[in-house]
Amino acid sequence: MNETNKMKLTYDVVSGDFDRAGEASSAIKRLLQRLGIPADIIRRIAIGTYEAEMNVIIHAGGGVVMAEISPESTIIVVTDKGPGIPDIEQAKQEGWSTAPDYIRQMGFGAGMGLPNMIKCSDRIDIASEVNEGTKITMEFKHADKV
Amino acid sequence: MTESYFHSVRLRASACIGCVTCVKYCPTEAIRVRNGKAIILPARCIDCGECIRRCPQHAKYAVMDSLNEIKKYAYNIILPPPSLYAQFPPEVAIENIWQGLYDLGFDEIYDVSASSEYIAAEIEKYVKNYQEGPRPLISSACPAVLRLIQVKFPELIRQIIPILSPADAAAIYIKEEVKRSGKFKPEEVGVWFVAPCPAKGSNIRQAVDVKSTQLTGAISVSRIYGELCRVIKFDAIPPHLEKAVRTGSSYGMGWGFAGGEVRAAGIEKALVVHGVEAAYEVLEQISMNKLPDVDYVECSMCYGGCLGGPLTAANKFVAEKNLKQRVRQMRMKEDKSRQETLAQSMNCDNFPASERRVKQLVPRPMMQLDEDIAAAMKKFEKMEEVLSSLPGLDCGACGAPTCQCLAEDIVQGKAHDTDCIFKLRASVKQLAQGMLDLAEEIPISVGRAVTSAKEVKK
Repeated sequence: MNETNKMKLTYDVVSGDFDRAGEASSAIKRLLQRLGIPADIIRRIAIGTYEAEMNVIIHAGGGVVMAEISPESTIIVVTDKGPGIPDIEQAKQEGWSTAPDYIRQMGFGAGMGLPNMIKCSDRIDIASEVNEGTKITMEFKHADKV
Repeated sequence: MTESYFHSVRLRASACIGCVTCVKYCPTEAIRVRNGKAIILPARCIDCGECIRRCPQHAKYAVMDSLNEIKKYAYNIILPPPSLYAQFPPEVAIENIWQGLYDLGFDEIYDVSASSEYIAAEIEKYVKNYQEGPRPLISSACPAVLRLIQVKFPELIRQIIPILSPADAAAIYIKEEVKRSGKFKPEEVGVWFVAPCPAKGSNIRQAVDVKSTQLTGAISVSRIYGELCRVIKFDAIPPHLEKAVRTGSSYGMGWGFAGGEVRAAGIEKALVVHGVEAAYEVLEQISMNKLPDVDYVECSMCYGGCLGGPLTAANKFVAEKNLKQRVRQMRMKEDKSRQETLAQSMNCDNFPASERRVKQLVPRPMMQLDEDIAAAMKKFEKMEEVLSSLPGLDCGACGAPTCQCLAEDIVQGKAHDTDCIFKLRASVKQLAQGMLDLAEEIPISVGRAVTSAKEVKK
């Protein structure tokens, strides 16, 4: 552990690998349970991370989930080199989705990804460039939301 | 963490050979072999009875009530569940089984299949009216699943449907009825559940989901089955019972096998999950919000549902056949829709509602490494470091189920790295090499002097 009392962990997310979908978020969830973070907060972190992880699997050619954990908060940074989001405001709306039909057949792509991430996190920053990739940063405070 | 937990599941130390079979199969990593015996860690045990099922030496057992206990009460009521009837082929008339229970000394029989229908109706209504809040709702019927949620999935506590289990509801109802009759004082009445699993027994001593259980105790299905086989006259025509038994329809009776609860409650968007691994997997999926389109999850720890409980006598596949046949025969006589059948069967107006009688589960987080987050972070990093030095074979020879568990025990000061036989072997090898090296060090007075002498000659 470095001097600032922080842990950094990274997980690779493989494109189109639905068998392993959710592995990164599961691992982060188990780690946070080890640290004794309240269950409700772990749940928000796990769901937010899972949505971001799924977006990478569905839309981008793989990516990386990074978790930076301190006693006070967890920051999740999900980066990919995928197609990018042309209109972020539109993507934030519930039900808006660009997922192809076969993905919807599998029960994904309901257009709830970003809205759920926004709902679950205390702070979110979405940076995206078309044809370059997307970087989503979510912050979760370990004390309850007031 | 000073809470003490009551557990029905125990170790008969004299029979245990320390083989780690139970250690490997325990769903909550609650068993370690120490000094050649498989000890149970109370904070982690959920009383599912998986170790009872798996132990080749039969060294694990459940503390349940014996029939002698009923002598302490003036009036005894027995609550048989469908899993008891599943032990008998459908050719054995239910009246013969009831007569057998009377012959064993019980004064009244109230069938759990009857209370199941009121509970099913409550579930149906609750699920229909459930708007806000996370989905799916999770059944409260399996006490081992409730305990698994407490220790491993505390984030799902709010998703457990706040409705009584059929046995608890039956006990509340029947006890109130006896109280109203005024014939006996409440303390003179014994209400006994026939339990297919140790978790039901533990939940009577230490209920996690009901504020004040009215059950006096639990006698295992296998125990009662043995006693019944002794007293039932199998070839007799069904006896005329002196005292009628209140029982349910095919819907209440069907609750004993996996899928019966959902069938009785008529929920379409429901999952039926049973067995340790399946329950674990689905709870994990729910906690990641992967199943938002499912309304309800019927979830039991035992494969096959209650009739697959570790304290039953018949093979679960045979038991399932028995019960399904019995249910089918009942259903053929009913000749009505589910709603009509249930409406006719549920003819009592004052059956207790779950509201105000249930309580929310208290989390029992067992994963936490330290009370202090920063200290837990340090321990986690240390744990990862230890883990990377272990072979990762999960052989169990150290007495822990996995290398991960050993790493945790080491970090918590409960084990040493040389408890791993591979690490021990490496240490012994190193030590042996050291001794060999030492042995080759020839004292100057004996041999080393010769080389020096040669050197001198040169």
